[in-house]
Amino acid sequence: MSDLSTRIGSLTLKNPVLTASGTFGYGLEFADFIDLSRLGGIIVKGTTLEPRQGNPYPRMAETAQGMLNCVGLQNKGVDYFCEHIYPEVRRLDTRVLVNVSGSSPETYAECARRIAALDDVPAIELNISCPNVRQGGMAFGVTCEGAASVVRAVRAVYPKTLIVKLSPNVTSIADIARAVEAEGADAVSLINTLMGMAIDAEKRRPVLSIGTGGLSGPAVKPVALRMVWQVFEAVKIPIVGLGGIMNATDAIEFILAGATAVEIGTANFIDPTITVKVIDGIKDYLDRHGFGSVNELIGLAHEGKR
Amino acid sequence: MKKYLLDLSVRCVSYPRLGYVLLQLTTLSGDPLPEMQPGQFVEVRVDGSATSFLRRPISINRVDREANELWLLVHIVGEGTRWMASLSVGDVLNVMLPLGRGFTLPSVPALSPSGLPERCLLVGGGVGTAPLLYLGEMLSRAGACPLFLLGARTHDDLLQLDLFRRLGDVCVTTEDGSAGERGFVTQHSIWQTTPPPARIYTCGPKPMMQAVARMARERHIPCEVSLENLMACGLGACLCCVEDTVDGHVCVCQQGPVFSIDKLKW
Repeated sequence: MSDLSTRIGSLTLKNPVLTASGTFGYGLEFADFIDLSRLGGIIVKGTTLEPRQGNPYPRMAETAQGMLNCVGLQNKGVDYFCEHIYPEVRRLDTRVLVNVSGSSPETYAECARRIAALDDVPAIELNISCPNVRQGGMAFGVTCEGAASVVRAVRAVYPKTLIVKLSPNVTSIADIARAVEAEGADAVSLINTLMGMAIDAEKRRPVLSIGTGGLSGPAVKPVALRMVWQVFEAVKIPIVGLGGIMNATDAIEFILAGATAVEIGTANFIDPTITVKVIDGIKDYLDRHGFGSVNELIGLAHEGKR
Repeated sequence: MKKYLLDLSVRCVSYPRLGYVLLQLTTLSGDPLPEMQPGQFVEVRVDGSATSFLRRPISINRVDREANELWLLVHIVGEGTRWMASLSVGDVLNVMLPLGRGFTLPSVPALSPSGLPERCLLVGGGVGTAPLLYLGEMLSRAGACPLFLLGARTHDDLLQLDLFRRLGDVCVTTEDGSAGERGFVTQHSIWQTTPPPARIYTCGPKPMMQAVARMARERHIPCEVSLENLMACGLGACLCCVEDTVDGHVCVCQQGPVFSIDKLKW
């Protein structure tokens, strides 16, 4: 029997499959379809210090094998999460991680500090890569100095596992990964959405309310896979891979490129049971090829470079 | 309400008008269909398309308990709905249901203060008439008296009139006057000639619903509208389909698609 468990820093996961922030709500929305305790973990919706209304409608456009969104971090704020949502999700028999965003290093840190106080949230994913907010978000994730400044501020107040979610909208994602590793990040996750846009030819206007949005879905997978590959060669900390994973084979490709764990995002919209299918598919793959543990696959496509 | 992910098999495909397809579906397993309320919707998985891959939200047109059938009346507008129109009897459709919050039904028995069946006005435009068929059926069953006011561009865009007539009186407007009164639903003489209904339900193009909402407000009649904002997940997870309401941005797929006009900023 193959072993699916894996580790990201001090965080142990029963399997490498997590849900991507903003695509799985707080998990409870999917409880009618799957046994949430099967999941490696749930990364809940991007949370900020203050409540945010997000961007105006329309926020979504379907594109060829993908979708654009410009939700813009709509959430009720960290205190609402701690008081109303945490009591419900802490009971789930899976790891619950919070995706944290902000508009300055100070607001990121204060949000992280409040979440650090929650016993049953063992890790946060720091979102320095949201393309849909004017202040903060991706602004920090596109320069090494910006990324480092946020990670430094959060690292000072957050002792648990710190994962930093990187933007693909950069010249060298490996450089950014090195910068956050140097500031003490325990892991990186990549990629957030790729900036794109859609135009309605009949109306002669952009489809999305703010013009641009973040592209996700199968269309971005080759880009994401290449970036995981490059970051694996650049840093020693674990990588969480995501970007257009639609099935177990896609997930295995990310692990072979260097990911220790994966996140499923847009695929949840098409098949709300996809996460458990990916978990089962990875197990089948390990059994079929005689691997004892999923960890044996990590970075294997690099042919022992590491 | 518990949600289900079901494989449904196509029992009948028909084309009530050019550009529309009616799918009559039953469970592949033979199990009874889950409980569904009028105004709720389903998310249909689109298979075999190179470009479209998100599910398509489709309103519930009718639930036939005796036949164990779910009816979906689909306006063919893009690749996803074209694929749905290409299905044949025996094909399998993967569907997530029932989603969202439907129309509020009057308490049973639905009687006015004078002891007569409560009169409800159901105003539909275009394919927005689809959920009003199931709503009309459930209102009749609750003892209310549904009156339908259905609008379309031309006679050829009017859908399922025979089925509506079995449930109650039907008034029609067309923009070109080819059926019923000429003009928009809000210009129909019924607004002047009959006493105000106890409640109004409406589904259709946004300008039409906004006009109906205005008339309901002027007459102090409770009114519910069904929105069809673009959506992805259908479960309240992605926050794409939000409507700006008096309670802030709320998900149409979860808090709606049916809203009281008191909640909207229209």
